[in-house]
Amino acid sequence: MDNYEFHWNVVFDAFPQLLTGAFTTVHVSVLSMLVGIIIAVLLALGKMSETKVFYHIANIWIEIARNTPALFLIYMAYFGLGAYGIHLSPYVSVFSALVFINAGYLAETFRGGFQSIPKTQYSAAKSLGMNSVKVYRYIILPQMFRRIYHPMTNQFVWSILMSSLGILVGMNELSGETQRLQSTSFRTLEFFMVAAVMYYVITKLVLLAADLIAKKVFKGEIS
Amino acid sequence: MNLFTPLSWNDTGFILTGILNTVYISVIAIVVGSLLGLLIGFIRAESNKTVNVCLGAILDILRSVPLIIQLILFSTFIGVMGFPLPPFVTGSIILSLYTMAFMSEVFRSGFNSVPTPMIKAARSLGMNYLQTVRYIRIPIGMRAVFPSWIGVALSVIKDSALVSVIGYMELLRTAEQLISRTQQPLMILIGVGLFYFMISYPLSRYGKYIERKMEI
Repeated sequence: MDNYEFHWNVVFDAFPQLLTGAFTTVHVSVLSMLVGIIIAVLLALGKMSETKVFYHIANIWIEIARNTPALFLIYMAYFGLGAYGIHLSPYVSVFSALVFINAGYLAETFRGGFQSIPKTQYSAAKSLGMNSVKVYRYIILPQMFRRIYHPMTNQFVWSILMSSLGILVGMNELSGETQRLQSTSFRTLEFFMVAAVMYYVITKLVLLAADLIAKKVFKGEIS
Repeated sequence: MNLFTPLSWNDTGFILTGILNTVYISVIAIVVGSLLGLLIGFIRAESNKTVNVCLGAILDILRSVPLIIQLILFSTFIGVMGFPLPPFVTGSIILSLYTMAFMSEVFRSGFNSVPTPMIKAARSLGMNYLQTVRYIRIPIGMRAVFPSWIGVALSVIKDSALVSVIGYMELLRTAEQLISRTQQPLMILIGVGLFYFMISYPLSRYGKYIERKMEI
């Protein structure tokens, strides 16, 4: 330690670039989450459907997403698809891998949330004179959303952390940008320390925002 | 002259080394991480609020910084300090600590899930504090969180792929090297994916089976 001097100036000079990288990180996670949620709803419906084809497609997707490493899927999108002549940019390959995994995990969350609500509530609401739309709008969905809110926040944080794998395919998100900057200045330790702090701050901000939204929307009645 | 030689049977040994290394580092991380997690989880379940908040904050850092950044940071750090360690040791240390952060949370909820009357009953039967921990709280609490334990262990097996960034020859890295020689990415990657799937899928099915059995 004695013969190592920290040089923070290089890092501060490069701070705007790091912020751009952080923005890309948030950007790709938010986008992959939104697309993931849409696909996850379809997959959850598929997994609960009576049609065998839909069930199997959903099942295969979910099991592959849940049982293989994220890095493998990113490599698959980046190197593997190249064999078919489909050359994806680093951004698109990380994005599609995250969408694939988010969809798989969230589908199980959604299915669990939906099945956790007793069927008797549906009948009870019907007997009170509500039609199907109203039952879902006022009885089923609010309860379901409360139950899946927490797992969804966790998945979002997971996406932010896993987007850091972009470093390995040369994507210019926070860790990739850090890697690029440290390779020109050789201040590896300083740059990665700052990146670690930035990831920590981003994660905490996301969790804080999620908590505030939950308090506002659910008025403290989160399960 | 053909620079790229196709995949041959001679590569089996190479791939096997990768598989063994992946299994090896995952097992070490899961065992060490679980033991440390059990200890930390117990301390967190037992201690007062101040200790809890401090410990929680430290563990939170391990959970909110990407594993890949932790690996790079730690391996650069020990290099700068003047104690360069082999990638396997560095990888095991960080992966175990990372596992510990998640396991401690699992085990803490396990310890908390044991009802207080049960512990009091055990005390009134003449067990001392350590005996209640050994015979009541660990067996009953750990059984309750076994499915979550499997879930964390699975994610560790999958995250062990990241140790390749610091140069540990695990499965995905051997695959990467084979790809750069043979130029057949799809086939090799599918093989690697199948291997991870074959380890992970039965375990996750088993976890779900246990969970269902416990609900009834």
